[in-house]
Amino acid sequence: MTMTAASPGRPAFGIVWLAAALLLGAAAARVVAQPQTLAAELVWGGDAEGGSPYVEADPRDPARVVGFEVDVAALIASKLGLRPRFQPVQFTSIDASVKRGDFLIGLSGIEDTPARRAALAVTVPYYEFREVLTVRAADAPRIRTLDDLRGKRVGTLGGTIAYEILLASQAARGLVAVSYDDDVHPYSDLALGRLDAVLLDHVLAEKAMRRERGLVTHAETVAVGHYVGVLDRRNAAVRDRIDAILREAMRDGTLEGIFRRWGLWNDDQPALYARVTAGPAGQAPPQRSPGTATAVMRYLPALLRAAVITLVLSCLAMALAVAAGVVVASGRVYGGPLVRAGLTAYVELTRGTPVLLQLFVLYYGLAELVRLPAFVAALLGLGLNYAAYESEIYRGALEAVPRGQLEAARVLGLGERQVFTLVRGPQALRLALAPMTNDFVALLKDSSLVSVLTVVELTKQTQIFAANLGSWVVPGALCAALYLAMSLPLARAARRMEAKWKAPTP
Amino acid sequence: MEGAHAMSAPVLVARGITLRRGAREVLRGVDLDVGRGELVALMGLSGGGKTTFLRAVAGLEGFDAGTLSVDGVGLRAGGPPPAGVLKALRRKVGMVFQFHHLFEHLTAAHNVWLALVHVHHVPRREAERRALALLDQLGVGARAHALPRELSGGEAQRVAIARALAVDPPLLLMDEPTASLDPARRDELGETLERLTRSGRTLLAATHDDDFVRDVADRVIVMADGQVVEQGLPAAVLGAPQHPATRELLSQKTRPNGKGIR
Repeated sequence: MTMTAASPGRPAFGIVWLAAALLLGAAAARVVAQPQTLAAELVWGGDAEGGSPYVEADPRDPARVVGFEVDVAALIASKLGLRPRFQPVQFTSIDASVKRGDFLIGLSGIEDTPARRAALAVTVPYYEFREVLTVRAADAPRIRTLDDLRGKRVGTLGGTIAYEILLASQAARGLVAVSYDDDVHPYSDLALGRLDAVLLDHVLAEKAMRRERGLVTHAETVAVGHYVGVLDRRNAAVRDRIDAILREAMRDGTLEGIFRRWGLWNDDQPALYARVTAGPAGQAPPQRSPGTATAVMRYLPALLRAAVITLVLSCLAMALAVAAGVVVASGRVYGGPLVRAGLTAYVELTRGTPVLLQLFVLYYGLAELVRLPAFVAALLGLGLNYAAYESEIYRGALEAVPRGQLEAARVLGLGERQVFTLVRGPQALRLALAPMTNDFVALLKDSSLVSVLTVVELTKQTQIFAANLGSWVVPGALCAALYLAMSLPLARAARRMEAKWKAPTP
Repeated sequence: MEGAHAMSAPVLVARGITLRRGAREVLRGVDLDVGRGELVALMGLSGGGKTTFLRAVAGLEGFDAGTLSVDGVGLRAGGPPPAGVLKALRRKVGMVFQFHHLFEHLTAAHNVWLALVHVHHVPRREAERRALALLDQLGVGARAHALPRELSGGEAQRVAIARALAVDPPLLLMDEPTASLDPARRDELGETLERLTRSGRTLLAATHDDDFVRDVADRVIVMADGQVVEQGLPAAVLGAPQHPATRELLSQKTRPNGKGIR
């Protein structure tokens, strides 16, 4: 029988089966992602963290999503004769995810940009928004436009037109652009005084005004943009069918109904719909998208700057980790029972919880008590987290120094402190060097976590780059090269230092 | 049964030293004197208390009863000695450990001058000069800038002796000095130690090596079960042992330097 031949003891069969299963799975995913075949579902992607009015978990039934994008998706699905199914995805990853075939169409307040048009099949715009400036009420008379923000910090959502505008204004107007991963924290940081203004579209601004007190949104329009749906370029034919459905919904008032229901209808929309329904050329005029080489040249300075931030942050955090680690380790080796218990609790708490959580608590959780600047919070969070690991290395190294060395020092009359600083410490440091180097390289990479605190370091800058370019290939390679350029010399320097300590002196 | 050096000026006086580790009495009333300029060998079976006695004299371990006096510095029973006494003791006693315990991260010279600078506040330049002179005297001047792991056993021992002598202590303690030395190196060590005693230094060495004791010691003290059981001139004690423990010790000569696990 063939079944007995495929005994589980033969790994080759296992690999073949695994490969077959993966291929089948991938094929199944394709079928789901391409409803023009016989699949009965329209899988659409969006970021449920974006929240109301776009897509959010239904408060009455968190398993469902509600929002105007949900209604638009339902409209498209029904016209295509399919059932809509929602696929959650992080906002900044929507473009890459739709290209991978995770879903057929992305609908999540996605902005119409030249880069998107170059990389993806983009639908006709179905909503027009205005980029508006929000400030604290007290500042409202003084800060009215971007020109009033020289030297000030202005926040926005990363990977958006607003962020592009702020980046351009960094050079032109001397303001500081601060990028966030979500649209909630820019406004809460503005209220806390960490930012001086927020530039985002009016939908998000209005949503924030209902949530935060003491903020004012200026009526002046900084820029105009449109929401579109995005598909993979291979699905251009489906995109054309969806365009037809959207135009029809503009003419028959279905879209107006949806936006009225969500309180988003305004006088800008009829004008947009008139332009779009006027004909297939109603889309924004085709724009020249930047080539990869141009994009690299444009982003390389930003990537290098971000790499410097990564390096400086890592070096400072490591210095803090080493200093605090030495204190903690000495306390655990020499201290009384109370000191030891306290320090053990610190080490276990720090090692036992995610560093991401610690960063959030430091920056956002403690914001009511102490308003740490982002860089300081990042430095403290990483440094104190790594201090716990360093202290364990040093404690082990201190305890590994032979007792005979300590007795020899005591017999010579060295006091306990001198025994530590002249004999035990230096010898422990030599033992600790290799694991310390290891930790420094790990810290260099873990520093990417601080992007959640609005610090734009290397990984974050790469993400922004990739979102704009619509591809991870070139930014990913550049990012990896920069990390390696930082970590390889470090490992080499450590090896050389170790060799120096071990080699015979001339 | 006293040695060539009369007890006119004893450098080390121990009376009734008792030291317990838990329920076990490691030292049970040790009485002994060592005169100035004497080279005294402390013999005994493993576990007889030789090393523990040296550690007590060096101030590394407190003892439970008795009194110790090292060139006028008195140690009392009960816990480790107070800081002031310890400070005075460090100028009186140097110790060379069996495995030398040279500071692995420092050069030979640095090992020698470390305490001079950090404990005795000798200016660094002067301390280095003294360290190099000491290493020269002991015949390892050429190895002054080598790290301990680059030294041979004999070289490391000389550096350890130089380190112990850096503050010019009247009493030098040595634990198993001939263990791990080949016969030629052992003879050299004997000459070195004799030179030291001629210049007035007092030496107390715990050892198993009766050849070494015959060749260089002025006097031998035999310990067994935490007590002094026999002492006198090496030729007399080793030639005609009185105590059963001494006889047992000599019967083990087939295992020279055979110090077991402490």
